[in-house]
Amino acid sequence: MLSTLNLRALGWALLASALLAASVVAGSRNLQNFDGALAAYLFATLFAAFGIVYRYAVWLQRPPTRLYWRAGWRLLFSPRFPAYLAELARRLVDELALQRFIWKRSPKRGLAHVLLAWGCLSAFAITVPLVFGWVHFTLKAGTIDVYEAHLLGFHAFDFPLGGFVALNLFHALNWSSVLVLLGVFGFLRRRITDAGQISTQTFEMDLMPLVLLVLISVTGLGLTWDYELMQGRAHPFMAISHAITVILFLLWLPFGKFFHVFQRPAQLGVALYQREGEAGEQAVCPHTGEAFASRMHVEDLKQVTAELGYDYRLAGGGSHLDLSPQGKRAALAKAHLAARTESGAFFG
Amino acid sequence: MTTTASRSHEEFFLDPQRCIGCHACEMACAECETNGQLAMIHVDYVDRAMSPQTSVQVCMHCEEPTCARVCPADAIAKDELGVVHSANAARCIACSNCVLACPFGVPKKIEPMKLMMKCNLCYDRTSAGRRPMCATVCPSGALWYGPRERMASMRPNSSPVNEFRFGLQKVRTRVNVMMPKGSTELVVDGTEAP
Ligand code: HEM
Ligand code: SF4
Ligand code: SF4
Repeated sequence: MLSTLNLRALGWALLASALLAASVVAGSRNLQNFDGALAAYLFATLFAAFGIVYRYAVWLQRPPTRLYWRAGWRLLFSPRFPAYLAELARRLVDELALQRFIWKRSPKRGLAHVLLAWGCLSAFAITVPLVFGWVHFTLKAGTIDVYEAHLLGFHAFDFPLGGFVALNLFHALNWSSVLVLLGVFGFLRRRITDAGQISTQTFEMDLMPLVLLVLISVTGLGLTWDYELMQGRAHPFMAISHAITVILFLLWLPFGKFFHVFQRPAQLGVALYQREGEAGEQAVCPHTGEAFASRMHVEDLKQVTAELGYDYRLAGGGSHLDLSPQGKRAALAKAHLAARTESGAFFG
Repeated sequence: MTTTASRSHEEFFLDPQRCIGCHACEMACAECETNGQLAMIHVDYVDRAMSPQTSVQVCMHCEEPTCARVCPADAIAKDELGVVHSANAARCIACSNCVLACPFGVPKKIEPMKLMMKCNLCYDRTSAGRRPMCATVCPSGALWYGPRERMASMRPNSSPVNEFRFGLQKVRTRVNVMMPKGSTELVVDGTEAP
C-alpha cells in the first residue's frame, strides 16, 4: 500500500484539503455560521477534494498528460497571451458551457448532457457555499417575515418570506434536480436501447452513475414534497436517504465516471496546443507528400513514446512516426507485398 | 459487458494482398452498432500513381497498445478479451495523439464531435459469438474471422503472423496477418522516411 502511494500527489492532495478546510473555517467566521447538521456533507466534500487532487496529480505525471499540461500553461502565458486568452474564452463558452461538440455527436446526447451537467453544476453552486458556511440566512431582527442573506459573514441582502426571491431561492435545488432527471433519462434511454452502448457498457462505469443521480434527485425533491405536502412527517427518512446518496456521490467523485468533470478542461490546453501547431511548421508525410500534423506534435510524440518505452526509430534513420496514418498503412502494405513477392507467390 | 458468448478460439486473419478495393467492408463496417453509421475500416490505394493495388486495415488490437499509452485522457481501454476499445466518449479530448502514434495508422478523429473512434472488433457482435461485419462480407478473403485450424486448411501455403517490427519497435497483436509459410514477423521499415 505504502509503496504504491504517490508521495508527490499525496502532498498536493493534503495541501489542497488543508487549504479548503482553512477556507471553510475562515469563510464561516470560525465555524460560527457553520450548520452542524451539514457536518457529514462537509467531511465528504473534504474527502472528495483530497481524492480529486490526488488523482489529478497522479494523472498529470503520465508523459502525454504532462505534455499538454505544461504546453497549455506555457502557451497561455506566451507573447500570444491576448489571442490565446480570447481563444480560451471562446472555447469555455462553446465547449464547456454549451457543449456544442456533444450536440454534434447527436442532438439528443447534446441536450441530455447540457441538462444533466447544468443541473449538477447549479446544484454544486448552491449547496457548496451552504455546506461550507459561506452563505447563511437569518431572520431579520424585529421582523417575523423578512430574511437576511449573509455571504462570508457579511450582510448581503434582505428578502421577504413568501416572495418571488424566497420562492426561487429555496426551490432552486428542485429546479436543478429536474434538469438532472431530464438529462439522466435521456442517457438512460440511450443506454437501454442502443445496441452499441448495451454491448460495451459496464454497470459501475455507466449505469451506476445514472442510477445514483436519479436517487439524489428524487430524494432531494422528496424533501420539498415532504414539507410542502406531508407536513414534514417523512423528514427524517428523506433527509437521511438524501444525505446517504449525496455522500456516496461525493466519496465516489474522484474514482468513477464523474471525474471527467475535472478532466475535461484539459481540452482547452489541447486547443491552444493545436492553434500553436497550426501557426508553425507542418509535418509532411514522406509517403503522401502532404502535410498531416504540426511538426511540433510529431516531434513531441516521438519524445512521449520514447518516455513510455517505445522505440519507433527506423534502421536507416528517421522514425516510423514521421509517416502520416495513411503513410503508415501504405508502409505495411508495401512490406507485406515485398514479403509475398520474395516468397514467389502473391497468395497462398 | 456481455462477454459470456465470446468464442475465444476464433481469430481475425488479414491478408492485404487479397484486397480488391471493393469497399464492401466499409459499407458493412458502417452498419456496426458501436460506431454509429461511420465506417472505421480503412481501404486505401497503396500508391495510386504507380499501381492499382489497394490495401485494407482494421485495428490490430495490440498487446501493448501504443494508442492507449499515448492517450493523455486515459480514454482507450483494453479489456480482458484483448480488445482495444474506441475512445471513452466522456473522456476523449480529441488531441489526436493516438491517431498519430498508432503504428498501423488506425484511429480516426472526428473533429466536430471531439471524439476518436476506431475499430473495436465489432464488439457488439464478437462478444456475442458472431463475426465482425467486415469479415462477413469480404468477397476475396482479405478479411477472415474464424478458427485457426480452418484458416490453416484453407491457406496451406501461408502462416498467420502477429508480430511486427516498426523500425526498432516490436509490436504483438491479437489480429493476424497472413504471410508466406514459415514467416514469424513482418518488418515494416520503410526507406522513405527522412
Ligand atoms: C462542465 C463540463 C462538462 C463537460 C465538458 C462534460 C463532458 C461530457 C462528455 C463529452 C460526455 C460524453 C457524452 C456522450 O457523447 O455520450 C459526458 C458524459 C456524462 N457526463 Fe459530463 N461533462 C461535463 C460536466 C458534467 C457534470 C457536472 C456532470 C454531473 C455530475 C456530468 C455527468 C455526466 C454523465 C453521467 C455522463 C454519462 C452519460 C452516459 O453516457 O450515460 N458531466 N460528459
Ligand atoms: S492497431 Fe493502433 S489503434 Fe489498434 S490497438 Fe494497436 S495502436 Fe491501438
Ligand atoms: S484523441 Fe482522444 S482517444 Fe486519442 S489520444 Fe487524444 S484523448 Fe486519447
